[in-house]
This record gives sequence, C-alpha cells and structure tokens, in this order.
Amino acid sequence: MVRHYLDFEKPLVELENEIDRLKRFQKGRDHALEEQIRRLEERLDRLRKEIFSNLTGWQITQLARHIDRPKASFYIQELFDQFIELHGDRVYGDDPAIIGGLSLFSGRTLVVIAHQKGADVREMAYRNFGMPHPEGYRKALRLMKLAELFRKPVLTMIDTPGAFPGIGAEERGQAEAIARNLKTMAHLRIPILTLVIGEGGSGGALAIGMGDRILMLEYSIYSVISPEGCAAILWKDGEKGKAIAADSLKLTARDLYGLGVIDEVIEEPLGGAHRDPQGMALRVKEAIERHLKELERMDMDQLLKKRYEKFRSIGTFIEESMGMEADE
Amino acid sequence: MSWFKRREEEKDRPTSTERPKSFDHLWVKCNSCNEIIYRKVIERNLLVCPKCNYHFQLPARKRIECLVDPGTFIEYDAHLAPADPLSFKDSKRYPQRVKESQETTGQKEAILCGEARIEGEPVMLAVFEFNFMGGSMGSVVGEKITRLIERAIEKRVGVVIFCASGGARMQEGIFSLMQMAKTSAALARLQEARLPYISVLTDPTTGGVSASIGMLGNVIIAEPKAMIGFAGPRVIKDTIKAELPEGFQRAEYLLQHGMVDLIVERKDLRRTLALLLKMLKNES
Ligand SMILES: [Zn+2]
Repeated sequence: MVRHYLDFEKPLVELENEIDRLKRFQKGRDHALEEQIRRLEERLDRLRKEIFSNLTGWQITQLARHIDRPKASFYIQELFDQFIELHGDRVYGDDPAIIGGLSLFSGRTLVVIAHQKGADVREMAYRNFGMPHPEGYRKALRLMKLAELFRKPVLTMIDTPGAFPGIGAEERGQAEAIARNLKTMAHLRIPILTLVIGEGGSGGALAIGMGDRILMLEYSIYSVISPEGCAAILWKDGEKGKAIAADSLKLTARDLYGLGVIDEVIEEPLGGAHRDPQGMALRVKEAIERHLKELERMDMDQLLKKRYEKFRSIGTFIEESMGMEADE
Repeated sequence: MSWFKRREEEKDRPTSTERPKSFDHLWVKCNSCNEIIYRKVIERNLLVCPKCNYHFQLPARKRIECLVDPGTFIEYDAHLAPADPLSFKDSKRYPQRVKESQETTGQKEAILCGEARIEGEPVMLAVFEFNFMGGSMGSVVGEKITRLIERAIEKRVGVVIFCASGGARMQEGIFSLMQMAKTSAALARLQEARLPYISVLTDPTTGGVSASIGMLGNVIIAEPKAMIGFAGPRVIKDTIKAELPEGFQRAEYLLQHGMVDLIVERKDLRRTLALLLKMLKNES
C-alpha cells in the first residue's frame, strides 16, 4: 500500500485506488468487470512508464527524499545475515544519524557505515533527519580503522541532506571531522564500496563516500549543494528556483554517470525503490556482491593507487597554452 | 593594483555635505569595529585595523609579496583556466562570471600557487584570492593545489596554504565537491612522505575548503578574528532558530575549542612560518 505520494505520482495513485475498488466489488465471474480492470491496469502501466521516463531533476530529488523510500536500516536488515551495531566515537557521544557496525554478507564480514534518515516522523527526529554531527563522522572513522585493522571491506551507504549546521557541531569541529575522514579514506588499506541510496548532500555525504567504487540507485541524487540552497543564493525565487537549480546542478545518478563521476547506476523498480523495496534490495545485493568480488581480488597497493587516480582525475579545466595567454 | 577593492559598504561613511571628492580613496571602514580609518594608515599596517586588530582580506599577490623573500616566488600552473562542464547559467552564464572575476582580480582563478622561500626556507605556497568568486574551489583550484602538493613530494619541500574561501563552487556542481576528495588524497600522500603541511586560515574560511585542506594542516594557524567554520552563520541561525554565541566561529573561539593550533598576527606570520618549516623539516 502506498502511504505517501508525490504530486507527479498522484494520477498513478488515483488509478491504483480505482483498480483496488473495482477488485473489491468483484464477486464470482464478471467478464465485464474483469475487462474493465484489465484495461485500467494497462493504462496504469503505460502512464507509469510515461511519467517515469520523463522525470525532471526536481522530481528525482523528491523521489530521492521520499519518506517511504527504503532507508539504510532496511538494506541492513535485508542484505545481511547478521548485523551487530557498534556505537560511539569514544570522544564525545553516539550520533544516531550514522549507523555503523559489523555484518555478515555472503560469508564474509563487512564493516557497514551508513547515514540513517529515519523511516517515519518519530525516527526522523531521533536521527536528526540523517544530518550527522562530528560524533557521527568520528564514529565512522573509528569503524574504518577497525576495518583496516582486521582487513574487512567497508561498505558505506549515503543518504543525508548534509552535515548538521548547528552550534555544537561547529564547536566540536564539523569541518575537521569531515576533512579527516576524507584524508583517511584516501589511504585506508582495505576496499571501500560506496552506495548512494537516497540523498547525497555535499561534504556531509562525501565524508563517508570516498569509495573505490561509487554506485548510485537510479533515483538517488548527489550534489555539491541542495537545490534549495543553490536557488536561495542564485535565483532568489524559491519555488521556481529550486526546480531550475535541480536541473542545472546535474545531480541525478544518470547525470553523474554521464559526467564520469560515479561507476554504476543501479536500476530501480518501475515507480521507484519504494514501490518494491524487496526487488530493490535484490538488485543492490547483486551489485555489492559483484563489485566486492572485483575489489577483493586486487592487490592492496594497486587498489590504493587506483583510488588515488580515481579522485585525482576528477575535474575539468582548460590548460591554456602560453601562446594563447600572450594573445589576451 | 590597489590593495582594496572598493566595496559597497564603504558607501555608508560619515555624512558630510562637503566631503572631498576623493573621499572613497582616502578612507576605509573597518568590517569589525566600524571605525573610519585613513587608507594609508591601514595599508602601511598590512591591511590590519589599528583600532581593533581586524585583519582585512589581502589580495593574493599582496599576500605573497609581503610574505616571501623578494624575488623568490615562481608561479606554477598560471595558465589553468576554468571550463564550464555543466553549462551552468543563473542570471549570468558561468563563463561570464569567471570573466568578470578575472577582470576585477587580474587572476585567472581563485588561487595562486608556486614555490618560494620564506626567510630562506623553501616552501610550496598556495594563496586563495577571495575576490575571485568568493575564493570558491572548483576544478582549477583543486587541480592547482593537487599539483602543488605532488611537486612538494617530488622536491621534498613543505606546503603552506593560505585559505580564504566560501567553499565549493556551485557552478561546477559535483566536480567542485570532488575537489575536496582530490586535495585531501594528495595531502594523505604528503603525510606518507613525512612532509609538513601548514594551513593558514584567514577571513573567511568556510564550507568545503575548511572541511578539506583548511582543517588538515599538521599545524593550523588562524589570523585574528577570522571567520572559520563549516556552515555559514546565517544557515546555522536559520536552522536552529536561535541567536549565536558571542564571537562564534571566530579564530579566538576556535582556539578556545581546540580547533586551531595558534593565532598569529599578520606581521608575525613570516617569522612563525619560517620557524615552523625549519622545525618540522625531516632531515633524514
Ligand atoms: Zn577595526
């Protein structure tokens, strides 16, 4: 059952409800009714394909943030045979916005680190909407070191609006915590696999995201700034601005794959991961398995060299010749 | 080039009906204490307010000029210019904004990099130009810093970066974000080579620049009263809907909270940097 729907999903939900209603009326064999239901289902299918093959950046942003979208805790539950959550940064506290722990995945131990937004309103408040404090990043760092020590691959799942902007977060070194994670991941001697499952919000996402492979679910996003933040600065007009910003920033999985910044787009079930969470989990499982196998086969020095090259090569610029400069 | 760019704030100077025409060129208002100060006085003072010790932003060239041994600065990668990978356009096209910044600053991008000597000590030096699109880090800034660090490893010399930046450059989208990863990875290699990195945080250093190269110094220096943080104060205020504490996100506040090693006045920077580079040098 659909609990919440977005504006552009509305025609679909209306059709679905109508089909449900007709099905409830159906008693015994009623050929006319069966035929009507069949036609409506065909229409639903067509309409869904039509809507989902023409999504704008802003619509995909909304899907990425959909309250019913499977969260990290769902994948942890679905994908792993065992999971032991480990808490705390050993410095100040434990941040519920980041879940970390040890898991068993296809016979091997994985260290899992993930943003957790919360699956309902109450959990969202408890998780601070997936916006970590420095403690969250320092817990992540501690677990990365643990992974390195015991030679267990790291799987990170990204789903955050960004690092939390607050007084305590700043006082306890939000910038330092993020920066240290980046530097540590750059030479962590263990494979890192990163999966963007929902929202990749800027530095707060990257702080657990320097994977040897970066995979994104089809309707997830990853951006230097939120469309709202970008619009507030550049377009003033909030409502219209955020839609333009969402397109301009090229933040969808397909855009980023096209720009060569991520390694793979994992297709979602028609209508998005929230329409078929189990189906989504199966695809995610297959992708994790495949990439881990490849990474595990690699020599560690080679892996680190490749990781460096991967991030080293991101960027576009013009290398003007000296002659051209002289012309100016 | 003049030390100051004329700014909008300078419009609210004391009201006098018969003020001289050249007033704007003669007087400057301090950002911190609002005092109106004779421009020549402040320029002679390395752009530091004599009343309250506020350190004004220093154009990158001027910074280098008053820091390194005369004639020792050799610029690297001056020919790198930004591309427009997203064909980004708000009220203006991104290349147009770049061009305007190039004209006002005389620089190709928001950072100057090169080798130099400070009191005889060799150093790989990078200095952000805040007047170039808010010192924002896009692909060129990230690439120039990375090349500088790689050269430092090659030549076995320490690195000093003067930060002054609002963070990542929106107009290059994800490419800007990934420069945080790229520069941090280069610094990881510098560390493996046991070469020192000193970051100097000047007013302001926020966002993706503070959350990468800014906060990764083996030694982190801040200039007095510099605004330093991850999120900007306005974003924080809007989020928590409360007033911010006195002095929040200023250098002195960070020192108190253990986030920077020391605060050094501009006039003492040269000596302090030279000494640190000498003391951290790896002789083996
Ligand atoms: Zn002053």
